[in-house]
Amino acid sequence: MAFQGLEISVTPVARPDGPPPPLSGANLRRGLEASARLATRYGLLLGFLGVWQVASTAGWLNPSVFPPLDRIVTTLAEGILSGALLDDIAISLQRAGIAFAASVAVGVPLGLAMGQMPVVERALDPILQLFRQTSALALYPVFILLLGLGETSKVFVIFWASLFPILLATIGGVKQVDGKLLEMARSFGAGRLTLFGRVILPAAVPAIFVGLRLSGTTALLLLIAAEMIGANKGLGFQVMNAQFNFRTDLMFAAIFLLAFIGLALNAALVAAQARFCRWSEPR
Amino acid sequence: MAPTAPPSSPSGTDLPRTLAASRGEVSVRDLYKSFTLNRAALAVLRGLNLSVAGGESLAIVGPSGCGKTTLLRVLAGLETPDRGSVLIDGRPVVGVGTERAIIYQEPRLLPWANVLANVAFGLEVRGTPRARARERARHYLRLVGLEAFETALPRQLSGGMAQRVGIARALTVQPEILLLDEPLAALDAMTKLTVQEELARIWAEEKVTMILVTHDLEEAIYLADRVLVLSRETELPPRLLDVPLPRPRDRNAPEFVALRRDLMRSFGLH
Repeated sequence: MAFQGLEISVTPVARPDGPPPPLSGANLRRGLEASARLATRYGLLLGFLGVWQVASTAGWLNPSVFPPLDRIVTTLAEGILSGALLDDIAISLQRAGIAFAASVAVGVPLGLAMGQMPVVERALDPILQLFRQTSALALYPVFILLLGLGETSKVFVIFWASLFPILLATIGGVKQVDGKLLEMARSFGAGRLTLFGRVILPAAVPAIFVGLRLSGTTALLLLIAAEMIGANKGLGFQVMNAQFNFRTDLMFAAIFLLAFIGLALNAALVAAQARFCRWSEPR
Repeated sequence: MAPTAPPSSPSGTDLPRTLAASRGEVSVRDLYKSFTLNRAALAVLRGLNLSVAGGESLAIVGPSGCGKTTLLRVLAGLETPDRGSVLIDGRPVVGVGTERAIIYQEPRLLPWANVLANVAFGLEVRGTPRARARERARHYLRLVGLEAFETALPRQLSGGMAQRVGIARALTVQPEILLLDEPLAALDAMTKLTVQEELARIWAEEKVTMILVTHDLEEAIYLADRVLVLSRETELPPRLLDVPLPRPRDRNAPEFVALRRDLMRSFGLH
């Protein structure tokens, strides 16, 4: 009897006055869903920019503080096309790039070693914690005294600050390697080097990527601070300099450039992470 | 067949097995091992003696804490005994060795490597060139029926499939002795039966010595020539039980059922 009830509900019922199967309607609905997703993702951002533009042109906001977006974009395009901003972009990318590369070159190998050697980690941990908790900007004057006001001290302060995230993430990545996998590899006769290359290093890669992203963000943050304090070139300098000269359009152009660089760096690292860490993504 | 596989012999008869089985012989002499638990010494192995013939299949059963996994880990070379010795083909065991391979309760696959790379891992670690290692890995993947999953990542496999990959990885190094530490304990009932049948077939084909730790008495009787029963109480010495049943074994045969009942009674179960 129970099955009968089930059968009745499954049997298609003729609907003489029902609408025809909505074939094109399905496409339409998919399109609407896609645009709804886009709207929820970028709607607020577009709204914010729209309000800015309208409020500035209508005079609700002081246009000398918040110039309309079209003027900022024009200034940005002029600066790039004339090459005036390109110099600043180049020098900023060079400073942050060298410092970031150095922090990775030091942090990853050091972290891999420290994660594997508890003695080394025990010995270095207190001093690392002290250095990490001391703001890099507080040490910037010290670096300037030691290294001069030139490029070296700027690169060094950025390197200093971005070293710790990548170093600590790498140590963490090595320490959380599954001991059962290590035992499995050892039982097949793996020596120290094989164990490192075939188990420890690949297992630490996802954590290293997290460290790379944190260090990248830190490098850009410190870049601006260092350029605001003691530079005569670079995007950080331009932000500060434009503000002194009431060139708020140029100021915002430099700010937007910095935001774009940050977004691009993050997008590149996310793409690399997706490529190398597919196995560790949540299902 | 892999180029190094032994020549085929009529399976099912006992004679070729015992003749071919001069390798993979295990001899345990007066083995002691204790652990410190809450500052009290816990003696899990107390003067154990055991001989396993080459090509034999031995199951080790007993309540948890009786030392069956400890014994297996000592045989594997992952633990050092307090006293006594383990000889394999007459040579004392020091650490892990290439003539032994372990299958664990968890598959222990490298999550970033695909199935084929995981199966070839043991050989590659031992220095076999990559192409050769992968070729032999393919052979054993076919043996466990997973040749279609070469490029899959471990996370895409079911529990039974992952365990089969672990089995193939152990077989690929062509060990004389296969050590299995409750390999099917985490599988669901149906998968467990299937993999048990596969293990019985593989053991017959590969002619390896198989030492299997399990808490599943039926599994022990299904797979083993002899069952070693360990107990936690100091009074009861380890006992060995023969399983004189023809292969392939029928779980519902009266002799099978009777053996299982005997074994269960020895643990005070009905």
